[in-house]
Amino acid sequence: MTFDWGFVGEAMPDLLTGLRYTVQATVLGYAVALVVGLLVAIVRRGAPPLVAGTVHWVMEFIRCTPLLVQLFFVFYVLPGVGIELSPLTAGVIGLGLHYAAYTAEVYRSGMEGVPRGQWEATRALSLPAHRVWLAVILPQAIRRVIPALGNYLIAMFKDTPLLFAITVPELLFEANQLGGQYFKYLETMTVVGLLFVVVSVPSAIAIRLLERRYAAV
Amino acid sequence: MPQSDDTAPRAETEAAGAPAAAPEPAPAAGAHDGDGPLIRFERVVKRFGDNVVLRELDFNVEAGERVTLIGPSGSGKTTILRLLMTLETVNGGVIWVNGDPLSHMRKGERLVPANERHQRQVRRKIGMVFQQFNLFPNMSVRRNITEAPVHSLGVSREEADQRAEELLEMVGLGDKIDEHPTRLSGGQQQRVAIARALAMRPEILLLDEVTSALDPELVAGVLDVLREIARTTDITMLAVTHEMGFARDVSHRVLMFDEGQIVEEGPPEQIFGEPREERTRSFLHAVLESG
Amino acid sequence: MNFFVDALPLYLNGARYTLLITVGGCALAFAIAMAVGILGSTRSAALRALASVYVEVFRGVAALVLMFWLFYAMPLLTGYRLEPVFAAILALGLNIGAYGAENVRGAIKAVPRSQYEATVALNLSWTQRMRLVVLPQAWAQMLPTFGNLVIELMKGSAVVSLIAVSDITFVAQQLRTFTGETVLAFAAALVTYFVIAQVFVALMRLAERSANRRLGRIPARPRRRAKPAGAAAKGGAA
Repeated sequence: MTFDWGFVGEAMPDLLTGLRYTVQATVLGYAVALVVGLLVAIVRRGAPPLVAGTVHWVMEFIRCTPLLVQLFFVFYVLPGVGIELSPLTAGVIGLGLHYAAYTAEVYRSGMEGVPRGQWEATRALSLPAHRVWLAVILPQAIRRVIPALGNYLIAMFKDTPLLFAITVPELLFEANQLGGQYFKYLETMTVVGLLFVVVSVPSAIAIRLLERRYAAV
Repeated sequence: MPQSDDTAPRAETEAAGAPAAAPEPAPAAGAHDGDGPLIRFERVVKRFGDNVVLRELDFNVEAGERVTLIGPSGSGKTTILRLLMTLETVNGGVIWVNGDPLSHMRKGERLVPANERHQRQVRRKIGMVFQQFNLFPNMSVRRNITEAPVHSLGVSREEADQRAEELLEMVGLGDKIDEHPTRLSGGQQQRVAIARALAMRPEILLLDEVTSALDPELVAGVLDVLREIARTTDITMLAVTHEMGFARDVSHRVLMFDEGQIVEEGPPEQIFGEPREERTRSFLHAVLESG
Repeated sequence: MNFFVDALPLYLNGARYTLLITVGGCALAFAIAMAVGILGSTRSAALRALASVYVEVFRGVAALVLMFWLFYAMPLLTGYRLEPVFAAILALGLNIGAYGAENVRGAIKAVPRSQYEATVALNLSWTQRMRLVVLPQAWAQMLPTFGNLVIELMKGSAVVSLIAVSDITFVAQQLRTFTGETVLAFAAALVTYFVIAQVFVALMRLAERSANRRLGRIPARPRRRAKPAGAAAKGGAA
């Protein structure tokens, strides 16, 4: 069997539609991860020990269990309790929560990197809590973890094919469907693999440049 | 040691201040198969970026000779040892060891930069003790001393073990053979490092500021071991040190370096007693003041 | 409660597949990580380039896509169909092996240069230097990230349920379909994965402690969980 380039051309529009869903899920999921992760990090730092400890173990649980099963959980369980979700929304929630467990750790390390003197200075000025976080701590903490956060953007992009399992019509879903329909798995799957390499390798290199730039800080 | 017949007498007559004289034609050469000196630097140039560390340096060391390199930091002394150990490569000139080019190898009539295999061949004869000891933390004291003889020289385990015991006895650490190196004091670690270097039976021993990283009270023990080696063996030694008393006791010849050149050389009595060069005088003055 | 009593044997059976794929994938990933990581730390520019092409390509493609390619596309190319379990082991091993290779390369680079210099002074060959000095010392540095990668691979193994290997996730899907107990089916699966992960975490921590003891580094107090499990794999895209 030979590689059918003509078919690749015909399949491209459908695959690119799939890629649009892939990108959409990545961007939205990442936004959820950035926000939820930050909240988790702040809670773990500021909340009473019991709450902080619970949050810690929930995050540990999320990190130690497969994203695929978490996606199934969101996709099948939430409608059962009356929350109707589109597959894409369920996917964005699943991805976002899973990666929030990782970004929370990144924020935490960033906060630990803020010198103690900065915390003490805010106390000396008796700044209100929200000013402490927004004006002093977070700007310093986030700046130094930008490359690490960027890495999770790429990682999440590479995890989006899992959404295929909850019927989001993303790239792998389209490829699988086209492949099954015309029995052209070789062409479609190869193109999907190449598309992922084409997007993630340059992104990884870009992150490395970012790292070099922010490493000096 | 193969060249012992050749060098033992010289060690005794060194007080006459002769070693710096023109290379003798090595009468009873023994293993020393070249006609010239054991070590020869020939117009050696070493640069780090724009910084020229050695500028066309020439000097010789005879078999069995003990030479101390002194001079302000950054004058290229340590670089000389590192070049000999093949930890650095020359930018110009040639280093000869026993008549073989170290930094280069013969290819027909020409000399080309040495490859790894050639370097391994030549540096078999050379051992080095480092400022920071550099013991292997993943091995016991015993294995630190025995691994290289077993794997590099092909000595049997039993023989290597026995030699390790003897050497540790000599450096006064006979009871530490199964210790972990990180459990030892700096002075003890350095003495193990000396034993490790000697286990390879080198003809040339390079000592790179071996007491600089030690607490003052541990320096004497290490220097005593080196004095003992100087007294009982005929190993050729090149030492970079700030311990002027040690330099005076053990060396046949002292080389004063500054800015990649030899400013002055001579027997220790002369260099320390009546230095001719102003730079030597001011350097010694500064060292002795602070010491 | 009835659900769990009936379902437990099924989950245990699923766990057998999960463990089989995890252990097989780890073995493959470890071999690749060592080989490619050592290549990437050699002085030869060509070998280093080869290693980094491997790393970039196999980190760039998700294990799921790779598995689908091996399972669906490759037979059309070669005429030979892989066992699903084997396709999964191959895909996860190749993918996690790329992350592991970066870990090995970094750990080798972190061995102090002075140690390398001591091996030169003792005239050890490249092979002896690696075997006797560099790798034993780099080992302690590699272990924490290897631990994360083991967890990452174990989690990644859930994708085999999509090519009908009856692992834990597959069992959960089946139970959901047949019993309608959606919450319980998936919750039990998550807990099973979590328990397996904790066992791996504990084992890796023992290995780390013994590696550090061998280097004469005795931890003053038990270390807190340093990094989140899998952070290196997920975050290691750069």
